[in-house]
Amino acid sequence: MTADPDFFDLIRQYAPNIINKVPYAKTLGFELVELEPGRAVARAPYQAETIGDIETGIIHGGVVTALLDNVSGVSVIAALSEMKSTATLDLRIDYMRPAEVGRDIIAEAKCYHMTRTVAFTRAWAYHETKDRVIATASGSFALNPIKQFPGDSEGEG
Amino acid sequence: MGEDIYLRQEKLQAYLERTPFASFLGFRCEIMGDEMTAILPFNEKIIGNPTIRALHGGATGAFLELTAMAQLFLLSEEAKMAKPINLTIDYLRQARSENLYARAEVTKQGRRIANVHAEAWQAERSRPVATLNAHFLLSDD
Repeated sequence: MTADPDFFDLIRQYAPNIINKVPYAKTLGFELVELEPGRAVARAPYQAETIGDIETGIIHGGVVTALLDNVSGVSVIAALSEMKSTATLDLRIDYMRPAEVGRDIIAEAKCYHMTRTVAFTRAWAYHETKDRVIATASGSFALNPIKQFPGDSEGEG
Repeated sequence: MGEDIYLRQEKLQAYLERTPFASFLGFRCEIMGDEMTAILPFNEKIIGNPTIRALHGGATGAFLELTAMAQLFLLSEEAKMAKPINLTIDYLRQARSENLYARAEVTKQGRRIANVHAEAWQAERSRPVATLNAHFLLSDD
């Protein structure tokens, strides 16, 4: 979506901070694995602390929610063509099947439309391919002009 | 509500105590009869934006999801927690680095599916920071 390659270079430097330097994303072990204009892929590792059902060992849905929220926000940043701050307006998640025990969760998000003030996203959480999706999400984000991307510790609200 | 509400309270507390993700978040709840207020004590690890010290949307969302599940469990007779089918979170205000509170209301409880609405707030109950609408599958398998 971004036309200016120089501006995307700036985003490429800044975007990983939204996952790698945000306390909540860091504690959950999220990691940005791919970034291109309007698209982002992140990974959540299987962790014992985030189990939601001790009988099965399945990760809590809240982790999937957080991952989808995060990666959707990054896809919006990756679609920008000028400096803007992003704030989640809403996020809808559909749970298709539980995540499998002991496996990392991958989430991919695309920012498929953007106006001056609002960006729209779709995202998928899965283990290997989108054929067997764990959950899907659709989100909208409010955009506000800013002078520059905040230092090296900015994240998502 | 066939089962004794006090028994349900005990079962809910027991569930929360042995669920890693609930402990991870620090989720707790105060139960008054069939009503419940959930509390997410502020913790540095749920920060989403270090610059303005706002809570992470994913933490607020997960908290609302747990609140809805807990309230539903309190009112149902199922042995297991309900499973989310889908949910929508509306983010209304920036959540500050303070405790977060939430209450959920079961809008409709069918035989297999329930609809739940929940609201989270901080300093003022009348100024919610986020709301949730969700469908849950009551575990009946």
